[in-house]
Amino acid sequence: MTIPIEALRQKKSTPYEHQPDRYPDFQDELAELERAGEIVVQKIDGDYLEVPTKFGRPKRIQKGHLWHHKSCGQCGHIPGYSTSIFWVMRKLGYDYDDPKDQTSCTAWNYYASATSNAAAQAAVAVRNFAAAYETGYFPLIHCGTSYGHYKEVRNELLHHPELRADVRKVMDKLGKPLVLPEEIVHYSEWFYAMRHEIAAKQVVDMSNVAVTVHPACHYYKLVEGDAIYDPDVYGGQRTAVVTGLAQTLGAEVREYSTWFDCCGFGFRHILVQRDFTRSFATLRKIERMKEEADPDVVLTHDTGCVTTLDKSQFAAQAHDRNVGVAVLSEAQFAALAMGAHPYKVCQLHWHSANYKPMLEKMGIDHEKAWAEFQSDLKRLENGEKRYLEWDDMD
Amino acid sequence: MSSSPTLDPGDQGMHGAYFKLEAPAGFPDVPMEEKQRLFDEVKSDIRFDDYLYGCYECGICVAVCPSAKFYDFSPRRVAQAAAREDVGLIYQQMQEDIWECSQCFSCLRCPRGNNPGGLITIMREVALNNGLASAKEALGGYSRIIYKIMSTGTQVSPDMLQRDAFPDWGPETGDVSENLDLWRRALPSETLHTTSTGWEVSDRTLVELYLIWLTTGALDMISEIDAGLHSILQEIMEERLEDEEIEL
Repeated sequence: MTIPIEALRQKKSTPYEHQPDRYPDFQDELAELERAGEIVVQKIDGDYLEVPTKFGRPKRIQKGHLWHHKSCGQCGHIPGYSTSIFWVMRKLGYDYDDPKDQTSCTAWNYYASATSNAAAQAAVAVRNFAAAYETGYFPLIHCGTSYGHYKEVRNELLHHPELRADVRKVMDKLGKPLVLPEEIVHYSEWFYAMRHEIAAKQVVDMSNVAVTVHPACHYYKLVEGDAIYDPDVYGGQRTAVVTGLAQTLGAEVREYSTWFDCCGFGFRHILVQRDFTRSFATLRKIERMKEEADPDVVLTHDTGCVTTLDKSQFAAQAHDRNVGVAVLSEAQFAALAMGAHPYKVCQLHWHSANYKPMLEKMGIDHEKAWAEFQSDLKRLENGEKRYLEWDDMD
Repeated sequence: MSSSPTLDPGDQGMHGAYFKLEAPAGFPDVPMEEKQRLFDEVKSDIRFDDYLYGCYECGICVAVCPSAKFYDFSPRRVAQAAAREDVGLIYQQMQEDIWECSQCFSCLRCPRGNNPGGLITIMREVALNNGLASAKEALGGYSRIIYKIMSTGTQVSPDMLQRDAFPDWGPETGDVSENLDLWRRALPSETLHTTSTGWEVSDRTLVELYLIWLTTGALDMISEIDAGLHSILQEIMEERLEDEEIEL
């Protein structure tokens, strides 16, 4: 049965206006603690764009000079996710720092096993923020879980002086200040804010490509107030990131009824209890999309969602389930639109679900591209080069 | 359904209303005082009051919960038990339910502003700190992940992608494994040439992370569920801090 969603598609009648008395504003709380000398606030420094948020306060997105807080799941298992983010930023001419002085937020483990506590999680977050602050580059968070968790940590630090005291003790030992950034920014917010600059460099026509969007839970359900919502995107009923970018690039965004459902990742489940993950991802997400929207690709914006939706489809084929749709991050999609190489930059050979029909719809010759990638690998194998570099990507 | 002779008398009469079974199945019952102590530990967490404001019993959290669709699991029951301070039910949930949660936080759609997923995070911490059987069972196959994140600073690594570890992820997983070193060297970002970590983490950064695990009590949390792993990690971390002449 298809669930009717027409009412949801209507534009919200209430405008997005900041209502200062309705919700406490973390910016005011940050400023108050900064004035009291309790914390250091890293300010946005340089060109920025303003975007609308769920609770109405405009969010400022710094365009360049960014410190890339990488994602362990992206870098480890979907490396084309990370390289696409970097590649797009380079193509648009913005400088960045890809640091080695960064740990994972460790929240995947925390949500999976609980083998940590509030003080440790806050100290890990603040240590990374302090590392960014020391470089002068403003943090940009690649992982949706890191982004959501860091916003939880921000709330806890702002509201619990005893936690600030615990974290300060740790930071004193490390010789670092207790730093929080003025805004916690997810990379998909940067892509949303920059969508017109990205579209200006577009070389691949996406008008023949049908996409569905899976909004990532930890992006818009955890501390939801400063997630990006735009009344002109899906009526303001769901976050505008990913959808807004796909529409700006000319793709056809198709709707399906279970967009609010999570992907089934489960943190612990994806690693040691995948029967749940596979079942949820295929029965509640992929099959619903196939039946109701029949997309060429599912676009999402978090590590776990790409992994879950992509990897869960293989086993479901053995049961003749209605699966078989490519899964990409919108960063990879944007990179492809700007002419990125599907293997050298987007690293699609790390993906499991069949992405080749999608590339064909984009007019990209994947056989030729694979031969080019193989040729580059030969250069590495015969010792001509130790590593491929950015100059080898074009 | 058989009844348990060890069940605390204080719990009698509530089974039909809330409990899935008459006694926490497969787990030892404990005296009411112990259940109260465990709940007090949950309630004393600084986040508890931020996560619970009462319950309308509207069931929105259940409607959006992925785990509720596949398990006998209900975030509403968790919020209600915590609001009523029903320590008997909370104990059962800590033994049977909490590890089924997906931690997606869809339940934050609660119109009262409750955070059942957050309550479960706290309950899991308490289950772990007290060595409850459910924690040992749920994390039985998870030790290598804890080792990876605590010792390297990144949670998953490229070399985890092995055919035998992820047979259900398709043949591409095997392709990655067979070409791992070459494919990692083909990545244009210089921090991503690693195979045993997600990216290259500097030595000093790792030492700082070790100091966090050691000083906040996070490392000690695994001592109840895996004493061997705790001992290995403690030795690695303390040795590195000693090398750097950092005193705890």
